[in-house]
Amino acid sequence: MNKLLLVIQREYLSRVRKKSFIIMTLLTPFLLVGLFVIPSVVAVNSETNYDVAIVDENKFEQLKLNSTETLRFQTLNNIDFNDNKTILLDTYDFLLHVPKVDSLVRIESQMAIYSKNQISLSNKSSIESKLEKILTNFNLVKNGIDPEQIKLAESNISIDTYVVDTSGKDAKSSSEASYGIGMICGFLIYIFIFSYGTMVMRSVVEEKTNRIVEIIISSIKPFQLMLGKIMSIALVGLTQFFLWIVLAFLLLIAVNGFIGAVDSNTVSNDELQLFDELISSVSNLPIRTLVISFILYFVGGYLLYGSLFAAIGSASDQETDSQQFILPITIPLILSFVFIQLIVDSPHSGLAYTLSMIPFTSPIIMMARIPFGVGIHEIILSVSLLILGFITTSWIAAKIYRVGILMYGKKITYNELWKWLKYKG
Amino acid sequence: MSICLEVKNIRKEYNQKVALDRISLSIEKGKIFGLLGPNGAGKTTFIRIINQITAPDTGSIQFNGMDFKREHITRIGYLPEERGLYKNMKVGEQCLYLARLKGLSKTEAKQQIHYWFQRLEMLDWLPKKVEELSKGMAQKVQFISTIIHQPELIILDEPFSGFDPINSEIIKQEVLRLKEQGTTIILSTHRMESVEELCDDIALINAGQCVLYGQVTQIKEKYKKDIYKIEYRGTLKTPEGFNVLENDNNIALIKATQKQSSNQLLSKLIKQVDVVSFKEKLPSINDIFIQSVSNE
Repeated sequence: MNKLLLVIQREYLSRVRKKSFIIMTLLTPFLLVGLFVIPSVVAVNSETNYDVAIVDENKFEQLKLNSTETLRFQTLNNIDFNDNKTILLDTYDFLLHVPKVDSLVRIESQMAIYSKNQISLSNKSSIESKLEKILTNFNLVKNGIDPEQIKLAESNISIDTYVVDTSGKDAKSSSEASYGIGMICGFLIYIFIFSYGTMVMRSVVEEKTNRIVEIIISSIKPFQLMLGKIMSIALVGLTQFFLWIVLAFLLLIAVNGFIGAVDSNTVSNDELQLFDELISSVSNLPIRTLVISFILYFVGGYLLYGSLFAAIGSASDQETDSQQFILPITIPLILSFVFIQLIVDSPHSGLAYTLSMIPFTSPIIMMARIPFGVGIHEIILSVSLLILGFITTSWIAAKIYRVGILMYGKKITYNELWKWLKYKG
Repeated sequence: MSICLEVKNIRKEYNQKVALDRISLSIEKGKIFGLLGPNGAGKTTFIRIINQITAPDTGSIQFNGMDFKREHITRIGYLPEERGLYKNMKVGEQCLYLARLKGLSKTEAKQQIHYWFQRLEMLDWLPKKVEELSKGMAQKVQFISTIIHQPELIILDEPFSGFDPINSEIIKQEVLRLKEQGTTIILSTHRMESVEELCDDIALINAGQCVLYGQVTQIKEKYKKDIYKIEYRGTLKTPEGFNVLENDNNIALIKATQKQSSNQLLSKLIKQVDVVSFKEKLPSINDIFIQSVSNE
């Protein structure tokens, strides 16, 4: 059996068999869902009620605010505000004070909110918008306009978009879906490269601190060991990815069954329609290109960075030593992550094009661009450059790795790394 | 007498720093070859060149009379000084992996593992994880994994470090047994008593150069200083042409001041005392080591 295959087999099995791998694989989808769901659940549950007293010295009929779940309004009349301010604040959280004015219109600039603690922005805006509505209606009625008619006259525009391909066929598209998918793809690539890359690094450091590495490389070439390690972790990544897809599929079936059982009684037609639209706009994205390029860019980007992470690991005696070398290679990763927002805003700009060609940024940036439609020739060029890129980095990494794994107890500098690159044999 | 490994004019530089300079050695088949030298002398570089971990800048190596090639690596077993095992792997799996990397098939490897673990009474260790082993136990596993593929040439770098005297003896006996079976062994160590006990030939490397090389007996002969150790009864007076270096409890060290044979000394001694024992005192490898290195 080929020795490289032996290495891959060992590295792969030793990872996949670990309890932590199985647990993390099963748990991650739930954690991700939790990441989105928990904040909103917490936000809903953490809302407390506030009592708001309205002290209106004019006793305007219109200033009756409707209480909401969070804000409970109560109008207090015949109270001297200045004398009772502190006493009222024992019972009420906020006091809305309307001083004596000659007309309701004038209150705009005269009102004030008093509280013991600073009122939150959302509560303040909520009170403001309620008052705005009342005043607007009051002004409309005063000028003889029926507010109902204004409501009818208001329009809400949402334009459909179509992408026309070379054959003239057009497909309904959705900027929102492209935006969302672009962000998610870029983000996933970023996470994958980072987590599997550091996995490579940790494994190299482990072999070095275990002192097994010299035994291994008396049987196989250091490059074979490095390659085997990088490839096996890529396989671990793909395994994990595959399991997640299966898991997501099962989850989807479960959710579908659930929705089917609930039926349309509880789910309103509007919501169903929205769901349908979402599905159709996503399915109008270049799905095949997306999936193929996701795998290409994941593997390519991972190989590019993975070999550099291996080189860093080889130059470190302990994981903590590696910090100084990690930063420079993660800068392009972090930078492209920061740029995603900019790229999905204008996916066909010069900056977007350039960054999607540079091998260090292309995996993340190109994945963010593809949902907006990128010419196949651009993808081919970018992937070719990426392949060229990872061949170069693994060549450099192999030279450093070969020397680094046998260096113990020496503080490695950049100067040292440069010397290693020039070592023969 | 055939040569297992022939090294000619090997030179290796790292950044203009010479690690090995024109080293030429030949290592005979079925012998134990001691590789000595102070720390940082270039021993490890030499060993790594033989293991093809690194390549020499110039010079040639022949293995069994053939040019040294990549495929010869499976016929060499190497126990490095800095050695360890994968902590979270089982002992059996680990040996299997290392044996297969050396080219053994799965069944062959399993047979050999069984043979060696039974021989050293370690069969019950096989399912254990390496992290459960003591240091000495792990060392034994490493020793087995070095020889499991029945290599023709074994390179042992400080093989006895980390062993208690009992296990040290077990390993020593195994090394001698391998030698009897015709295996060539390169032993690199700082323990001079092991060199005296085990090695047939030695090479002493200092500052990248081979300063001493040959059969242990010949080297001792070359470095001897005509000192004799005698045990006697009676009163000893200094014989003419000799110096008494030490004289304590009827045991004396006597050195010849000019070239004289042992018989001449003996004939002078028997005239004054009863000689109980008479022996030429040869220098220990330790003395030779210190002398050669500090002469440099």
